[in-house]
Amino acid sequence: MYKTDVRGPLILGDKNYRQISDDVIAPINQPIPGWWKVAFFIALLMAIFGVLALYQTVAVGLGTWGVNNSVGWGWEIINFVWWIGIGHAGTAFSIFLLILRQKWRTSINRAAEAMTVVAVMCAAIFPAIHMGRVWLAFFIFPYPNTRGSLWVNFNSPLFWDFIAISAYLLISASFWYFGMVPDFATIRDKATSKIKKAVYGFFAFGWTGSSREWLRYEALSYVLGGIAAVLVVSVHSIVSTDFAVSVIPGWHTTVFPPYFVVGAIFSGFAMVMTLMIIIRKMYKFQEYVTDSHLNAIAKILVFVSLIMGTAYATEVFIGWYSGSEYEMFTFFKNRVTGDYAFQFWAMVICNAFIPQLFWFKKVRQNLTIAFIISIFINIGMWYERFNILITSLSKDYLPSSWTTYSPTWVEIGIYIGTLGLFTMGVLLFFKYIPMIAISEVKSVLKVTSVNTNDQKHMSHE
Amino acid sequence: MEKKYWKSTEELNNQVVPDYNENLIPEGKNLLDLIDEEIAQKPSSRRNFLKFCGFSFATAAIASSCENPVKKAIPYLNKPEDVTPGMASHYATSYFDGSEYNSILVKVRDGRPIKIEGNTLSDVTKGGTTARVQASVLSLYDGLSRHKSPMKKGADTNWASADAEISASLRTISAAGGTIVLLTSNIISPATKKLIEEFKAAFPGVRQVVYDPVSASGILMANRDCYGQAVIPDYLFDKAEVIASFSADFLGTWLSPVEYTARYAQSRNLTNGEKKLSYHIQFETGLTITGSKADKRVPVKPSEEAGLLLQLYNEIAAKAGQATAPAGATHEAITALAGRLWESKGKSLVVSGSNDPNQQIMVNAINQLLENNGATIGFETPLLTRQAIDNEMEELVGQMNAGSIGELILWNVNPVYDYYKPEAFISGIGKVKLTVSFNPVMDETQEYVDYILPSHHFLESWDDAEPKRGFFSLSQPTIRPLFSTRQPQESLMKWMGKEGDYYSYLKNFWMTDILKAGETEWKTTLQGGVFQKETPAATAVTLNTAIVAPAAQALSASKKSDSIEISLYQNLSMGNGMHTNNPWLMELPDPVSKICWDNFASLSQETAKALGVTAGNVLNINGLEVPVFLQPGQAGGTISIALGYGHTRFGKVADGVGVNVYPLATYENGTLRLYNAAAKVEMTDREYQLATTQMHGSMEGRPIVRETVLGSYLESPDAGNELHAEFEKKHVTLYKETEYKGHHWAMAIDLNACTGCSACVIACQAENNIPVVGKEEVMKTRIMHWIRIDRYYAGDEKNPEVVFQPLMCQHCDNAPCENVCPVSATNHSSEGLNQMAYNRCIGTKYCINNCPYKVRRFNWFRYATNQKFDYNMNDDLSRMVLNPDVTVRERGVVEKCSLCVQRIQEKKLLAKTENRPLQDGEILPACAQGCPSKAIVFGDLNDPQSRVSQLFKDPRNYHLLEELHTLPKVGYLTLVRNSDENKA
Repeated sequence: MYKTDVRGPLILGDKNYRQISDDVIAPINQPIPGWWKVAFFIALLMAIFGVLALYQTVAVGLGTWGVNNSVGWGWEIINFVWWIGIGHAGTAFSIFLLILRQKWRTSINRAAEAMTVVAVMCAAIFPAIHMGRVWLAFFIFPYPNTRGSLWVNFNSPLFWDFIAISAYLLISASFWYFGMVPDFATIRDKATSKIKKAVYGFFAFGWTGSSREWLRYEALSYVLGGIAAVLVVSVHSIVSTDFAVSVIPGWHTTVFPPYFVVGAIFSGFAMVMTLMIIIRKMYKFQEYVTDSHLNAIAKILVFVSLIMGTAYATEVFIGWYSGSEYEMFTFFKNRVTGDYAFQFWAMVICNAFIPQLFWFKKVRQNLTIAFIISIFINIGMWYERFNILITSLSKDYLPSSWTTYSPTWVEIGIYIGTLGLFTMGVLLFFKYIPMIAISEVKSVLKVTSVNTNDQKHMSHE
Repeated sequence: MEKKYWKSTEELNNQVVPDYNENLIPEGKNLLDLIDEEIAQKPSSRRNFLKFCGFSFATAAIASSCENPVKKAIPYLNKPEDVTPGMASHYATSYFDGSEYNSILVKVRDGRPIKIEGNTLSDVTKGGTTARVQASVLSLYDGLSRHKSPMKKGADTNWASADAEISASLRTISAAGGTIVLLTSNIISPATKKLIEEFKAAFPGVRQVVYDPVSASGILMANRDCYGQAVIPDYLFDKAEVIASFSADFLGTWLSPVEYTARYAQSRNLTNGEKKLSYHIQFETGLTITGSKADKRVPVKPSEEAGLLLQLYNEIAAKAGQATAPAGATHEAITALAGRLWESKGKSLVVSGSNDPNQQIMVNAINQLLENNGATIGFETPLLTRQAIDNEMEELVGQMNAGSIGELILWNVNPVYDYYKPEAFISGIGKVKLTVSFNPVMDETQEYVDYILPSHHFLESWDDAEPKRGFFSLSQPTIRPLFSTRQPQESLMKWMGKEGDYYSYLKNFWMTDILKAGETEWKTTLQGGVFQKETPAATAVTLNTAIVAPAAQALSASKKSDSIEISLYQNLSMGNGMHTNNPWLMELPDPVSKICWDNFASLSQETAKALGVTAGNVLNINGLEVPVFLQPGQAGGTISIALGYGHTRFGKVADGVGVNVYPLATYENGTLRLYNAAAKVEMTDREYQLATTQMHGSMEGRPIVRETVLGSYLESPDAGNELHAEFEKKHVTLYKETEYKGHHWAMAIDLNACTGCSACVIACQAENNIPVVGKEEVMKTRIMHWIRIDRYYAGDEKNPEVVFQPLMCQHCDNAPCENVCPVSATNHSSEGLNQMAYNRCIGTKYCINNCPYKVRRFNWFRYATNQKFDYNMNDDLSRMVLNPDVTVRERGVVEKCSLCVQRIQEKKLLAKTENRPLQDGEILPACAQGCPSKAIVFGDLNDPQSRVSQLFKDPRNYHLLEELHTLPKVGYLTLVRNSDENKA
């Protein structure tokens, strides 16, 4: 049913099932490497700095930030959208590639999903902390209350946002976790220490590997996958309505939902690439995450980059075509030129031009360059959000309220904190959870090994 | 047999009822015994006891410590007849700070004055106010700078011993033939004047010297010479068709701005059916609000003015066939103006803000030639608020230094700060035997005085006023004195040995001298606050023509100088520097420069280039370091700097803010000039940042302020506003439109009437408990004002056209802020108000972003009771000014203009209890109430007869950003200029 004549084997090194289990579980059983400790310590320091910044925000007030009465949102929303975007990769990987029957996803999807969960958690910090009265954040829940008919505003994109993100986090985390159950069972079975057995045993849910369990497992995957597929599209579309529903020039745009979803996938895939290059290198998973995997991601990136370029061009074109002087001003005098031209061109160059290098096979194969490009995309996507937010707010309708915005150490600190949190989460994932979906990889191994033999056979003829 | 009643079959059949209740106390035992047994059976019962004890103590301790401290309010045992807690009373009183007069109503809530409103009964100020008047209520509660008791040489003393010592010394000095000087500000109180006369009689040797740092000596001296009356005539701007002003900022700070603004607005009114507009030309150095409103503005150097006046005189004299004076300048604007003035002879007005008597004589001569006296200039009811003649002070300082002054009593003056030669005054004061200051707050001069006998705040005082001849008004206390202070009048009475208090003196004086009537009239007058004597019949004044020629001769000698000239001016918030310690005024952005918290050197671009400086640099002017600000419209080769800043000993807000530039003033020809042509201007390498509330001055071609010229307006009244009809035509919606069944509140703002004076900004701040945030926060675009005055420049950078636009929440019927709030904290009322539920707000700031007008304000910090914002909400006393009807907002919530919903509700309730419909104009939001030009009209759109409905139908009416279809309920009426380019 599955031919890999063209594609070549998905897993190199003629592995057998036992080897796969051993290879993948190895980091869990081996002692913690030195680089891990150093990285974790640095990430911890970053996270502590972030906590300090959060403390300052809550204890003193949002005044410790650089935002003002014209630019009400700053770094916190930029970073929120950025993290949500990164948090798109995992589910998009698993679901879309599942739908497209891309079996190569099996060695990457676990890491991508882990990244999703951690990134969405990082993202979720921002909408909460950007509130002036975070201690009353529960007002946003549509809970029955004693305040008469007081209800949330179902018209508000922020409420949609809240629902979309919580649903997405819940489904992504469940999808990720249930996918890990058989692997936890594998670790449990192989574990020698009692504690490990108990802990992984707990998370393995008493998995025995019976066919009935596999049946249920598959069914659950499909159900969760089906829901998640919708959510992947909806969550960022809804984040985009935070802007698209408003009246602010540069925000009030119908292109935003698809543009945001594609942008999110773009940044997510870039982050997956960054992460996979590191994992491969650090844990010597080159045989699982092969060059062809990264090649495939690079190809996706170059494709999405073209869509991004088109979206940027569309935005600017519609800005002109609308004939609205406010739109014209925002795009031509405050983005393409003007105070924020650097940020605009940084966005265009990082997202629309630099990824075009992936057209060259040599670039795709040179992991150093690929790694650098993936970082550029992440920077470019950050600038994209900066562009949308700050340029539109700083100079909108009435020139009398035009102003500028620059962040304070507190806002930067919270961002650094989330970077630390993300790194910590990913490092913990490296250490305690099988980075590659053992059971799924095994399923591709069988096919490929047969095919390899077929090829040998055919060559003899 | 006895009949047997039974209640159960068991009982009927005499069966034994089983005892189900085994827990009943067995017979022969009582409850206590049982408990004893129970406890005895328990192991270690003492331990249990201790456990229970410990638990209950801990619970009690936690419970009691969690409780918030209870602040007890003591209710009235017997309710006073006229006091209802929660209901405000209004008392009529008068504001006079030594130069500015205003008849006001003071809103008193639960015994504390909290808001000042204009008194509409007054024929002088007609209900208008200025920012300084509005803010004066706050200085009542300035517990840090106000003196709390009399002081002698820096130490507290008591009134009795101070009185004994001072009256003894007065007697000795007087007996020895020494001079006692009462150095006062302008005094307009007839009762006080009478008292001073009595004081003079009681102590021979007493002399009064009136000192005014920003005097009108020039006009007074000129009129004394021209007409034999040292008064300031009534300038009737409303009757003038052509107004020419030579650096008189009559809408802002010149003489009687509230009165002039109302009259000026009348001559610029297009809503009263008359399609007439006066023509106003302004010659001035720095850009003022008066210059901004002018139809034509000519930037001139101060030294040029004399030449221009001469030229104007000559051209008009030529037309009138009179002898001309020596030639002056040759400015084409003057030639054009002369023609216009001559055409509207008898209906024109020339005024000058100069303090040079010769220039004022020329102005008088011009007005005489134009036959304006008796038409637009009245001498029947002259203005009495300015009396100081500068050379009296000059003489006094000489005498002080010569040691010939025995005692100096300072009354509402602060010469160490605002005299142009402070060293001379300080050295002189050292030679005076005894010095007394009556100032209620600490000031620079008090460092050198022996006794400080603090007076009441004016809201604690009895007084009267005669701002214009025949126009009287009363002042009454609105609160018991907060501190151990005393009115200066009472001190004088004590020292004279006069019985009684000043109140009875005042009442007696009024009943015998002014009202000439009894108790009832006194009470009625006190209630209304004002009293007007019959206006005397018009008396023709004749100009003493003999003095014109010498004056012209003197002026012709002065030529336009080539040096850099410094022009000192009073800005709208600080005035002469008396109110600098008021945080509201300190944070009031100047409507033109939009800068607050500093004074600065305004330079034109070219002058800055010539000097090699740019914005942010600091100039050294005669040793004073002043930051540079590039002001479009500033006359070339000039520097304008505001007075009133740079206090050193005035209070926590004023001290160290800005630079005191009074020492740059010069004394010339018997009067003080706020002008200096000989100052040494040097560049420094210091940098300084000013706090501005508006960083961009151009409208970028957007139809924000719609403007036209009179000619086009007369052709079609919607000139400049064609867009409005276009957008109205496009009004369509998919949704069902909301119907407002009861009221539908709206506000109309006449941009022609608005002068940018900013009284509304402070009125709103006082009414709505708006916090002061400080310079740092203003620089971060976080000023909290709910109403702001947007200022835009158009045209030439050297002499731009300036427009003002007051902007508050537009109360859109399709409000973009409402649908994005996730918790519905901002929503629409059934009466069309966009309202904020502070309790519900979680502070996402989405509404701030989505408001196209950017009128929403966020509480970035806790502004109340926060040491970091130590302005007027940080101590119990200054918090007394807060309006109990308006919530003090917590940190983290969004706030904005509510159209004074508390006032709407108040009047609605009043109408309901009186069982009558609401009257149009009954509800006045704070901004509309205090507006001196009545540019703001509030009312009900559902009432087709209401003024606001009428104005909304005016072809001049438009809504800001109406293309967004937000359907604002604030309308603006286009600005119409009587411009030379009438066919534009």
